[in-house]
Amino acid sequence: MWTFFHKLASPKYFYDISGRLLPWFATATVLLLLAGLYQGLWVAPADYQQGESYRIMFIHVPAAWMSMFVYMLMAGAGAIGLIWKIKLADIVAASCAPLGASFTFLALVTGSLWGKPMWGAWWVWDARLTSELILLFLYLGYIALQSAIDDTRTAARASTVLALVGVVNIPIIHYSVVWWNTLHQGATVTKMGTPSIATSMLIPLLLMALAFKLYFVTVVLLRARNEVLKRESGSSWVKETLDIK
Amino acid sequence: MPTPTLPNLALACTALLRRDLTLAMRHRGEMANPLLFFVLVVSLFPLGLGPDSQTLQTIAPGVIWVAALLAALLSLEGIFRSDFEDGSLEQLLLSPHPAALLVLTKVIAHWLVSGLPLILVAPLLGVLLNLPTAAMGALLASLALGTPVLSLIGAIGVALTVGLRRGGVLLSLLVLPLYVPVLIFAASAVADAGIGLAITAQLYFLGALLALALTLAPLAAAAALRISVS
Repeated sequence: MWTFFHKLASPKYFYDISGRLLPWFATATVLLLLAGLYQGLWVAPADYQQGESYRIMFIHVPAAWMSMFVYMLMAGAGAIGLIWKIKLADIVAASCAPLGASFTFLALVTGSLWGKPMWGAWWVWDARLTSELILLFLYLGYIALQSAIDDTRTAARASTVLALVGVVNIPIIHYSVVWWNTLHQGATVTKMGTPSIATSMLIPLLLMALAFKLYFVTVVLLRARNEVLKRESGSSWVKETLDIK
Repeated sequence: MPTPTLPNLALACTALLRRDLTLAMRHRGEMANPLLFFVLVVSLFPLGLGPDSQTLQTIAPGVIWVAALLAALLSLEGIFRSDFEDGSLEQLLLSPHPAALLVLTKVIAHWLVSGLPLILVAPLLGVLLNLPTAAMGALLASLALGTPVLSLIGAIGVALTVGLRRGGVLLSLLVLPLYVPVLIFAASAVADAGIGLAITAQLYFLGALLALALTLAPLAAAAALRISVS
């Protein structure tokens, strides 16, 4: 089994196998996305309290889940690159960052769009919104640090240290924000009655979550493949693959 | 035959501490700048918001703490920047002593010349903003627990950016999100003390953050320095 991982960690083999897997991931993404959207927008009933506008949840919730998952994955991949000096792990970590930031941004935007009819304001200093905003700042800091350092190897190591510091801090930030929020405004607008979710709403939500995850895998593979080609542009296999003379 | 002298960690740390403090004392102007900034920022708020003492009193804890955060941020570069430029940082990392402890020593030295003065000036700013006398003790306690955390977390950020030419703005982007918990607990401690509530919970949280930062931040900063210097 280890030999498989060692082989996978070599850029050439990764480029090869990811190229073969990509169409499958892409197709599955599209199918799941269509199924999830159909279930969510047509099949699922309107909410008895929120009416139709709750449907934005099918985008919002998976995006919010992804925003945290991607940060963990990014830090994990970075740590693997830092400890075992695997170039491919660095590449994956670097490819994760802009995607994670986009998911976070998407979660914030959809949250604010949903908040306008529900809370009557585009932005409320709700605990989860606030910690999501800080997560966005952490992503942006990571990207900024990475692009500020010219040497890719140093950039990967430095930004991984930052990501690991972030991983330690995210729970602290999250709970301090929750605490701050309960202190300042009490549970008023944010206390939505959320009873256990109905199955007809849960199915599209899970479909969408899976679709988002597969979308992420597809795009991260695309980005990583590009990055592999860029970083290995001097080697012979790249020239052979791309047929450059 | 003379016995070979073994490296002595305590000696190295005290020597480093003395060196950093001497250097700081010889550049008193640089030391005073963040402090002046702290006072200036706080005194801008009444000018922007009007002199109504009621308003000032409500915003005082937050304003003083945000200003302290920014002042700490301004002084951060001083931890490693000059040592990086003249090469003594490399010598520190090459020494046989654990880099994390040397980093911790440098952070302590930095806190003594930048964090401690903030604590001393803060009561004055509290008076300027009509902070209730009951909250003064909380302000001092929260600053005493909070500013070392700012220096420790900041050291990681500086260590990551010290090799870059324009690290200043990047540093604030990296460090400020990590300062959020300190700001929340400290400002709420001061605000609660002002209206006569118990603040032990907030102070315990700040103490916990300090303990966590003391143990982990030097390790991360040392790792980051090795990356930046290599």
